[in-house]
Amino acid sequence: MSVTTAEVTTHVTTAADVRLTPTPPRQQKHHSVRRSRYLTNAAALVLAAVLVVWTLAPIYNMVMVALESKGDVFSDHIWPTKPALDSFRVVLTQSHWYLEHFWRQFGNSFYIGVMTTLLTLLIGSLTSFSIGRMRIRHGWLVSNVSLLTYVIPASFLAIPLYRIMQSYRLANNLWAIIAVEVTFATPYAIIVFQEFGRSIPLELDESARLDGASPLQLYLRIYLPLMAPALVAIGTYAFLLAWNEYLYQFLLLSSDNSMTVPVALARFLNSDVAPWNYMMATAIIYAVPPVALYYAFRSRMRAGLTMGGVKG
Amino acid sequence: MRSTQQVLAAGSVTLNRPRRLSWHRHLHGSDLAWAIAFVVPYAAVFFAFVIYPTAYGLWMASAPSLYGDLVANPLYARTVINTVLYVGLGVNVKMFLALLLSGFFMRRRWWIKGLLGIYMLPWAFPAIPAFVSFHWMLIGEEGFVDSVLLALFGIHGPIWFLNRWLALGANIVSYIWKWMPFWTLTFLAGRMAIPQEVYEAAAIDGASSSRRFVHVILPLLGNLYLVCTLLSTLWTMGDFITVYLVSGGAPFYSTDVLATFGFHYAFDAAQPALGVAAVMSALPVLIPIAIILMRTLQTREVQL
Repeated sequence: MSVTTAEVTTHVTTAADVRLTPTPPRQQKHHSVRRSRYLTNAAALVLAAVLVVWTLAPIYNMVMVALESKGDVFSDHIWPTKPALDSFRVVLTQSHWYLEHFWRQFGNSFYIGVMTTLLTLLIGSLTSFSIGRMRIRHGWLVSNVSLLTYVIPASFLAIPLYRIMQSYRLANNLWAIIAVEVTFATPYAIIVFQEFGRSIPLELDESARLDGASPLQLYLRIYLPLMAPALVAIGTYAFLLAWNEYLYQFLLLSSDNSMTVPVALARFLNSDVAPWNYMMATAIIYAVPPVALYYAFRSRMRAGLTMGGVKG
Repeated sequence: MRSTQQVLAAGSVTLNRPRRLSWHRHLHGSDLAWAIAFVVPYAAVFFAFVIYPTAYGLWMASAPSLYGDLVANPLYARTVINTVLYVGLGVNVKMFLALLLSGFFMRRRWWIKGLLGIYMLPWAFPAIPAFVSFHWMLIGEEGFVDSVLLALFGIHGPIWFLNRWLALGANIVSYIWKWMPFWTLTFLAGRMAIPQEVYEAAAIDGASSSRRFVHVILPLLGNLYLVCTLLSTLWTMGDFITVYLVSGGAPFYSTDVLATFGFHYAFDAAQPALGVAAVMSALPVLIPIAIILMRTLQTREVQL
């Protein structure tokens, strides 16, 4: 399976000389080998092209509508006739009555996302430390019971939770949403932390114990730093979960002060006369933080998601 | 496949050695207090936002007559069929493609990393804008998909949301678009955790790539695949936003799934008890899946 660097470069030149970068061609020895490699690479490139189109089509559609001027939204063309950035300006300066609270809504969404992330990481890592490292008695029960959360999905509990939040006096309060998101993000966090924690030798804890470290010191100085990849992966997961959520925000946040961007977007969709190009511009701006977050952390994400599936 | 088996056997011996208890056999005194204090926050969340709402929901949906009313509604049977199709097709197609694509992303080419960066975009992209865009793409003659069909092939595309099966298909495709990258990344991480020697041994034995898939990848990733599929099934059963935004249940509530169906009962028809009963009727399916998931997570250590 090990492919030498020289081979990699020749692969690339044979397959990609037309479409990608024109690197200087190198000498080939065997024509038949070369042809079959050429075919494999051509197939790989076709698949790559299909994946790019598949991935980008909905996003391209959003950009296209956002760049239209208002009258041109309903017309059967596949690229914008007169592209203009005007709708982005309208959203950012809140200069349409549909968008007069945009920045407040954006701030609310951001607050929910950040708080959900921090609390999920804190509660999830404390729990998995207690179960996996301190080996609290019946700890396996805790991690199993936490999975019961997923027996009834979040949306199935919407009706009872809606009433309960009213009785907790959390209606129109951002903390109602944060509580729900943390509830449904933490079980997955515990699974992943548990699995990832298995790769950290328990001997580390033992030697630190002999040096007189308290459990809190162990958690802060040894456990958290070594868990960094899993923390990054789960932090991103929790932020995206909160950023994707709509149902509870729609049910529980209806006042101007507490409304978030998803609720405002769906309001656009439910009205007949809404300016669609402004809606798409809002949607694109809403997509920027999670996409930026993902690309900032993406190199460190993969290690944290292993879930120990093939480890012993 | 001799050397492959040797490596696998050696791996299972070293990996499955009994794990020693680290701390001490039992916690005492202040250590026990710390350990309990660390679990308390989660326990509080669990009781306040899982146990209490679940008990409340079950109490709301406890009258047997509710289920009679439910079955009497012809939309209910259709909703159950939709949910089975949506979850069954959505989850399995997505998982299988993700497993295959994770192999594709193992290739060592300089452009694969960049491609993976683009491919992961739907996962990072928030669901609401993405599904609004899908809805918009399929909205009819003026939608992007029909415009492309007309411009490239001269075909007049269908009115997607007037046909139940096309609308259901649109929901499933949107769902796969959004969630396939996440599981591809999980399988990619799983494949990368397979020791390189296993691949090399298989290559020395002259295993073709299809044989490698059947005899090396599947046994090693089988458990991960099962866990992910079960977890994803549980999550997808409760998926509300895809159907709500892409087809909106159109045409005439014929593509609703249980989550949106219960929502309509509770918040459009003001019959919350029936809404809860509708979603709780999925419990006979959800509970066994959760039990299998727990058992798989527990026994995984034994199986490598």
